[in-house]
Formats: sequence, C-alpha cells, structure tokens
Amino acid sequence: MRLTRILPAVAAALLLTATACDNSGSGGGGSATGLNPPDLKAPAKLGRTEGQVNLVAWAGYVEDGSDDPKVDWVTDFEKRTGCQVHAKVAASSDEMVKLMKTGDYDAVSASGDASLRLIASGDAAPVNTKLVPNYRDVFPDLKMQPWNSVKGKAYGIPHGRGANLLMYNTRKVKPAPTSWSAVFDDAAKYKGHVTAYDSPIYIADAALYLKATRPELKIKDPYALDRKQFDAAVDLLKKQNANIGEYWSDYLKEVSAFKSGDSVVGTTWQVIANLAADEGAKVKAVLPKEGSTGWSDTWMVSAKAKHPNCAYKWLDWIVSPKVNAQVAEYFGEAPANAKACAETADKNFCTTYHAADKAYWKRIAFWNTPIEQCLDGRTDVTCVPYAQWVRAWTEIKG
Amino acid sequence: MTATASGAAGAPDTAARRLAGALHRHPRLRLTLLLTAPLLWLAVLYLGSLGVLFVSAFWTTDSFTSQVVKVWSTDNFHALLTTPVYRQVVLRSIGVALAVTALCAVLAFPVAFYTARVARPRWRPLLVGAVLMPLWASYLVKVYAWRLILSEGGPADWLLRPFGLAGPGYGLPATVLTLTYLWLPYMILPVHTALAQLPAGLLEASADLGARTWRTVRSVVLPTVLPSVAAGSVFTFSLSLGDYITVQIVGGRTQLIGNLVYANIDLDLPLAAALGTVPVVVIVLYLLAVRRTGALSSL
Repeated sequence: MRLTRILPAVAAALLLTATACDNSGSGGGGSATGLNPPDLKAPAKLGRTEGQVNLVAWAGYVEDGSDDPKVDWVTDFEKRTGCQVHAKVAASSDEMVKLMKTGDYDAVSASGDASLRLIASGDAAPVNTKLVPNYRDVFPDLKMQPWNSVKGKAYGIPHGRGANLLMYNTRKVKPAPTSWSAVFDDAAKYKGHVTAYDSPIYIADAALYLKATRPELKIKDPYALDRKQFDAAVDLLKKQNANIGEYWSDYLKEVSAFKSGDSVVGTTWQVIANLAADEGAKVKAVLPKEGSTGWSDTWMVSAKAKHPNCAYKWLDWIVSPKVNAQVAEYFGEAPANAKACAETADKNFCTTYHAADKAYWKRIAFWNTPIEQCLDGRTDVTCVPYAQWVRAWTEIKG
Repeated sequence: MTATASGAAGAPDTAARRLAGALHRHPRLRLTLLLTAPLLWLAVLYLGSLGVLFVSAFWTTDSFTSQVVKVWSTDNFHALLTTPVYRQVVLRSIGVALAVTALCAVLAFPVAFYTARVARPRWRPLLVGAVLMPLWASYLVKVYAWRLILSEGGPADWLLRPFGLAGPGYGLPATVLTLTYLWLPYMILPVHTALAQLPAGLLEASADLGARTWRTVRSVVLPTVLPSVAAGSVFTFSLSLGDYITVQIVGGRTQLIGNLVYANIDLDLPLAAALGTVPVVVIVLYLLAVRRTGALSSL
C-alpha cells in the first residue's frame, strides 16, 4: 500500500477568483433536479503551475512506480509539468468525501456515490473543460452526466467506467443465468453460496431488479427511491441475506471465494472475472437482461484547491490517450478517452471492457448519491437519502 | 547512587553532580520526573481519547454531507438501545467472546498441565516456546490460512469427509474457531504458570488423604488455577470482543460490533462512537467481575 506523502498544508485557502465561464455548451445529459450547489466559478484560463499537487484517489489510479516499477505514469507528469504529485489512497467513497472536506487536497477521483455530495457541500468546484484539451476525446456518453454535472455545469473530467456484472460458476450454476433473479428470487437454489457487494450502494442493485420485475413500484432510477420503493428493495435484500455465503468488498477475497467454490453466483467486476478465470476458476461474467449498476469515476477539483493549475494539468494528463489506457488496463476498467483504445498493451482490451459499446453502457445505471430530492425528477415525494441507506444496510446484514 | 558513581569515576562533572544531589534531596521531584511521561500517556492520550469518544457519541451528523454537528443529543444511544439489529449484534459479539473464552479455557488446561507438570523439565521451556510460536506470525497470515482451511473442499472438509461430515464453512462457528486459535496462547501461558507454581506437596497431601485423581483435580488443582484462567480470559474475552477483521475474512455474512463501528466511522462518527462505547462498558463490567475472583493480582 502506498504511504501518505502529503505535506502539511499551511497556507490559507486560495479563492478561485477567475471570471465566470460558459461551459454549458457541451450538451445534453440529465442533471440533479432540486440540487442547488453553492455558486462557484471555474477558472477561465490557467496560470503558472504551483510546483505540486495533492490528490485523493482510488488505489491504482495514481501510480509512480513505487508499487510496481513498470507501472508509472506519475514520473513523466512530474517531469513535464514540474508539479510534484502527492497522492493519498482512499478506501471508500465516504473516506474520499471526508478527505476532501479537509481542504488539503486539490483533486479527487470521485465515484458517483461521492461526487454529488462533494458538489452539494461546495467542496468541489465546477471545471472548465476547455482547459482540459483531452476532454475533447472523452466518450460523449460520459460527458455531462447526472453524477458529474449539475444544471449544465461540468464538475469534473470522466476517468473510466465499469459495470457490476453477474458472475457464476459454470460447473455449478446451470442453466446459465441471464437474470439477476439468480441472486434474488431464485437464490435459495444456491443457499450459502451466493455473494453480494458489501456496501449500502448495493441496495440500488435490488432496486434495479425490482424496476424490471415489479413495475407497480414504478422505480425509474435505482438511486431515487421513495420510502415504499426503498422498503421493497430492503425486504428483497433481507430475503437474499438468508442465502448469502459472504459479502465481498475486497476483490481478492471474491477471487478466492469463486476459486474455491465457496461462492458460485453473485455480483462482480470485469477485472475480478478475468483474474478468477486466469487463476483457473470456471467462471463467467454476464450483463443480465435487467441491465446492471456500475461506476463511472470523475476527477474533480477542490473548491479550496491551493494548486489549481497543477490540478488541471493532472486532469488533462490522466485522460490523455496513453495514460488513460495505462490506468484503465492496470485497474481493469473501460477508459474514458476514445483514443486510449489504440494505446492499450492488450489490443482486445477495449472490446473486453466494452469501452466504445454505447448500447452496453445504456443498460448500466451508474452509481449516484441518493439524496432527499429525488434524482429522477419527482417533486411530489421525498427520496430516502444515503445516510438511511447506510443504516438499512446494517439492518439487512443482521 | 549516581553521585557516588560519578565521584568514583574520578572526573567530577559538577553539573551532573549537582543535579544528582538535587534529585537525592527532593524525593518528590524524583517521583515527578519518573511518572510524568507515563501518567501523561495514561491520562491524556489513553483516558482522554476514551473521553472524547464518549463525548462525541452525543453529537449528531448532517445526513447529507456527513459533517459532524456539535449539537448535544442522546439520539445515538437511543438508537443503540431501541434498534433491534444493534441489540442483536451486541449480544452476538458478547456470545462470540464468551464462546472463545470458554473454548480457550477448555483447550488450555490439558495443554498447560502437560507443559507444566507432565513433560520432562528440560523440554518444558521448548514446549512453552512452541505454544508461543504462532504469536510470531502475522495476524492476517494466520486468519487467511484459516480461510483456506475452511474453504469449500479445503483441508477441513477433506479431514471430516471420512466421517461423513463437512467443515463448518464460513460463518459464526468459523469465527469462533479462528479466534480461539488466535488467542489460545494468551490463555495457556497464565495457566501454565499457575500449574508450574502449584506445590507438589499439595497434590501429595491430597493423595494421602485418599483423594483420587479426579477428586484432586476438582478440589485442589482447579481452585488454584481458576484465578489464572480468569486472568487469561481477560485477554481472550477483550481481544475477541474488539475483533472485526477475522469475522470479515472467515465470518461469511456475520457482523459483529466492530464491523458496525467500522461501517459507520466515515459517515456517522457519533453513531460509531456510541457503538464503540459498548465494548468499553462490557469489558469494564467483565473486569469488575473478574476482580472478584482475585485474578487481577495474578496477571
């Protein structure tokens, strides 16, 4: 694990005093209705780099060769921009939110279940995408999405994406499942060998399944659940709990469980399926007919950034074709930059991860932060906020 | 003593001598210098952090931004006492700690009896070393080893198959088993010491009075060893109650009190603090109970 190498921040908060900038032209996409973030401005042009940048990132996103000498895209960045990179690896979205609140960090690789919280609390500033030249080549269906923009204002640069797939043991699970019912309504068949992702955000997976199987609940968005819809999802998960062998949050633990046969069916990431198959497990990962949940990470800039120019340089660097290909391949996710597909070491990488497959991503409900104002636009009800998802998750596990 | 030592050296360092003299004349100063650092550690860092934990349990959290709001409320303790799932998890955690302690005591007694009284004296230190050996290995390595042992078709299954049985798989029994393995040395050691110190004369006297083996064990050995078992149980009980990693690795879908604290620490610090006070209270009660056995003096 990488050690924290953050210099103690001493200077007072530097305000972004640049003039307003119109970046709503980049087009469509939904935005969270009812969410009124503080009116912060994105810079109109970049100044001189500050000599360093402090990042909060998922493990494997900011590699300088200290974990593996062959995996290094930070050293080149430092040489070119003169910005010394200090990275802090966060283990969860919640930790990321907490770290960004300290104001000691300039940028963060936030998943959708953290980004809205950062925007709403005013910890993340809008991003002027014109100052990030490589933004041009990012897949259009990643731009201006509900988790990285609010009211036509971009709040970050897409990094990469992945889906939460259904993985099963091809020897033990027959016939091959095509629906999430394998882990919900039909889970009893594999009692004690079903697995699920150990996080409150997994409640959305149940909601996604209910959206398809119980139309009378009228679920539109699995991250915008009113009390009734939420309770139905929680009930479903409580029933599922009886059949669960173990929940997973550490992906190596899931690989070992599928290898030994302790888990035979459950949610997974593409990278876990590849790893398990490489290690000889008889597994296959599919996108069920109901679609699935997934993540799409966004590099955001702190509203209190002390090194905004270096932060913008980093944003541009991490989505540049070659680096984006390296990081996507190392982490095991689809790159955000369309040109990255030509730069991967494994030429089939983008096909395996469906990087350019628009129809595939249409079926993915990307992680978002459940808030009281329903994200699907309903105004006649209030939705269940994330804090209650967390309490419900404890209750589900019993 | 320092004064005579430097005097004897023949090169009188006047500053050091004066200091030594001052210390010699002022016993209170000596005591202050001796105890300030440890007391500071105990009172400020150790008890202080417990105090902060307890106080922050009365704060609340902004539900959206997870920011701690310093408004006094007893909501967290109210939730702790009224939410069935918390009560269930607390009881389960105490149950696990008690089961681990009982298993350790049952397993430790025969082992310690052998290492302390049956084995040849020159083997005894080696045997004690062997008992302590697992403590040299990393905690995580040991727990992951148990994950492999208990996995489907793993060594546990293989060993039990001839008897028509299967291993326990991952879950509560696996957690108890693994924790017992982890903390067993902490129980064996005090029991071994107590048995080693048991005067042979007591056993002979018991035999002379006509007591057979079991009678001697029940009326002589066990009462003498009991305080040591209680002392060992302080370790096994408190270590089990606070553990949350073993249960994550071999516990299947089980959650214990530590997992709840961990799950809430980022998002709802006050609730995590309220949950964190539970093991503290339980262990204080346990220590008070153990003190009645007189075990704390044999720690």
